[in-house]
Amino acid sequence: MKNHDNHISSDTTNWTVLLVLLILTTISILAIKIHLGAFTVAMALILASIKVTIVLTYFMHLKFENTLLKLMVGGVFLLFAVVIAITFIDYYFR
Amino acid sequence: MSTTEHSEFIDSDTGKMGMWLFLFTELFLFGGLFIVYAVMRSKYAADFHHAALELNAFVGATNTVVLLVSSMTVAMSLTAIQQKRGGKAMGLLFITLLLAGVFMVNKYFEWGHKFSLHLYPGSDVMQTLPHGEIMFFGLYFMMTGLHLLHVIIGGVLLTVVLFKINSGKINSEHYLLQENGALYWHLVDLIWIFLFPLLYLIT
Amino acid sequence: MTKSITQEPLNYLNHKTGLWSWLTSTDHKRIGLLYLYSITIFFCTAAVLGLLMRIEKMAPGQTIMTAQTYNGMFTIHGIIMVFIVVIPGLAAVFGNIMLPIMIGAKDVAFPKLNLFSWYVFITGAMLGLYSQFANGHSPDTGWTFYVPYSAQASSNVVIALTAAFVLGFASILTGLNFIVTIHRMRAPGMTWFRMPLFPWSLYATAWIQLLATPIVGITLLMVIAERTFHIGFFDPALGGDPVLYQHLFWIYSHPAVYVMILPAMGVVTEIFPTFSQKPVFGYVPIVFSSMAIALVGYFVWGHHMFTSGISYESRWFFSFLTFLVAIPSAIKVFNWLSTMYGGSVDLKPPLLYAISFIFLFTIGGFTGLTLGSLATNIQLHNTDFVVAHFHYIIFGGMGFAFFAGIHYWFPKIYGRMYNFKWANISWGFLFVGFNLLYFPLFIIGIQGMPRRYFDYDPKFQMGESLSTIGAFILITGFIGMITNLIYHSRKGAIAPANPWHGVTLEWQIPSPPPHENFDEIPIITHEPYRFDNPYTK
Repeated sequence: MKNHDNHISSDTTNWTVLLVLLILTTISILAIKIHLGAFTVAMALILASIKVTIVLTYFMHLKFENTLLKLMVGGVFLLFAVVIAITFIDYYFR
Repeated sequence: MSTTEHSEFIDSDTGKMGMWLFLFTELFLFGGLFIVYAVMRSKYAADFHHAALELNAFVGATNTVVLLVSSMTVAMSLTAIQQKRGGKAMGLLFITLLLAGVFMVNKYFEWGHKFSLHLYPGSDVMQTLPHGEIMFFGLYFMMTGLHLLHVIIGGVLLTVVLFKINSGKINSEHYLLQENGALYWHLVDLIWIFLFPLLYLIT
Repeated sequence: MTKSITQEPLNYLNHKTGLWSWLTSTDHKRIGLLYLYSITIFFCTAAVLGLLMRIEKMAPGQTIMTAQTYNGMFTIHGIIMVFIVVIPGLAAVFGNIMLPIMIGAKDVAFPKLNLFSWYVFITGAMLGLYSQFANGHSPDTGWTFYVPYSAQASSNVVIALTAAFVLGFASILTGLNFIVTIHRMRAPGMTWFRMPLFPWSLYATAWIQLLATPIVGITLLMVIAERTFHIGFFDPALGGDPVLYQHLFWIYSHPAVYVMILPAMGVVTEIFPTFSQKPVFGYVPIVFSSMAIALVGYFVWGHHMFTSGISYESRWFFSFLTFLVAIPSAIKVFNWLSTMYGGSVDLKPPLLYAISFIFLFTIGGFTGLTLGSLATNIQLHNTDFVVAHFHYIIFGGMGFAFFAGIHYWFPKIYGRMYNFKWANISWGFLFVGFNLLYFPLFIIGIQGMPRRYFDYDPKFQMGESLSTIGAFILITGFIGMITNLIYHSRKGAIAPANPWHGVTLEWQIPSPPPHENFDEIPIITHEPYRFDNPYTK
């Protein structure tokens, strides 16, 4: 169970990450007020994805993990996107 | 366990990989609900827009901030244990649990308000709403309910971690359980990051 | 650990005794056997239900049961066979027993989780049985739980749904364990491409278990929520969409077919080189075809819904991908045949079962393409043709591969040998009975006999009666096979460590294997199927 050569994130990093996340949250709340039509949803999802990437990278230490794990995480999100897309081949054309 | 002759050695990378794989299954569990959300939203865009106005974006935003901060405290707690500062680690975990409590209290009042308005699945008021709004509230309760369940599980897990730090079973040499507990807590945060705009913001 | 007084050397079977030592064992081999015994019991139960259904259809009209009983029976037969027998089957039994040994490890990565998975599995299985006997009548929705009927039926659907959910959880945990085991526990020197092909197939399987099962989990929860809280995701009266249920259900349940068949392919891929004493033909293509089947198989779920009103565009998309997935399957068939070609083929029982696997799987595969093309699907959907097709894949494929596997690894697992003559005779009954049972269903299916009907037009009687006779022959063969195995697991002649002159790691250790598999973790220096290695001399 011994942990070895793990990266230790400093408190400064953690505070910075939180600050960035809070700023992005504020932006996404404000951006909703601007009427961008269909783009509003896309905008909200893009901002959410950026936030999720930051959480994965820094809080969940993915940046300091091996390539294999990074590939797996990327692959899982990609797989889910493909599943949604294929479902919509049905719903979009129906 | 009476037959534990096998070496009990689970190294950190093995344990963490197991946890990540488990998180993948959690993502796909919520993924099924996201598929339903996507299909229903494309079908009833106007109704979703209208129903989302019922939700209090301020409460949602508060809970988002609460979870983001708790995510940071749990990450800092891991840093503290790695730096051999068990007391600080426990303090930060305690703050995390407090924040989890705040989240649940918020959720309690939010749900309570919906119930007082008879906005719950199967209610008399609900039957009169347009189809899209019924779907929206169904998804709202199902998604936030399942998420709440994960908040509770995560809270229990972190409580166990807290006690193990106290008893010295988790220390600067052996902290796999804390790492995995933290990973789980971040997942709870991660799912909320998607739920918040999808349910509260897209009005 | 040292109190054994028998002359036999200590092994995983006798180093500790008593029921309690089995129920608390974290030894992967013992857990594998726990799965083997529990799955066998459930298989026999569901097989008896199948036989009763066949007797009902011996003649037109009601013979031995009412229509409602029949509906309950095909539902429970399906739930047990799919969720309790074939999905966990090969991975949980032979995967557990053989995977760590074949990659040179002492156990799986998380032994306690492995034992826990078995308890989750048993809990789910018991719930499944309970749904049959609890107050009210047994579920009659079919194993697919299609809405809107499953959201309204008065039978014990919620219990059955919970059972399927719990069983799915067990499947996820096993898959998770295997992926980590394969990544982290391989013996020194065993690179990915020195790993035998059965572990490779388990690796592909485990990913499907991990990434597809949660989707059906949440779907079943949604149906439960629909029944208990009237949420209405799938109820058109509340704005829901029943076709969406079918999407979500098949996103899991089609890949689940590959959870059954990939390990089956892995088992026979071990058998062909051993009984031809020749390296497997095309190791790398077999590896990549396994991964390709797992990946492409994830995206073909819509071919179950061609008549459900999905869009034209998605119909041809799913049809196209269905044809695509046939390519890697065919690659494997060619590889197995080429492995035997020019080898010194030794027609022992395991090889006999493996060859019949190819034959039956090929029939099942080709009829799958018939169903996968859009035009013929309209005619054949929901007929007995479908029933025949998936029994050829699941029973003829997975089932016969399981029989091949048990005859192959039996001497390793029990350290004793079964009777070859009995094994061969039983095989004859099984093979003839199987084809007589299911082949007529293709024909009456094309003629228009719908599936899940307890009665039929007298013009189908020829086919239906032949099929029932086949069922009796099949059961006879099965009884012969299982008697042979059970009897000789205790009384059979002592088997040598390597009776088939195999070269993979499991044959290099004593039979039965010692408690921790290897006294010394082996160091791997070459690819897995090299028949000139010093061990076989």
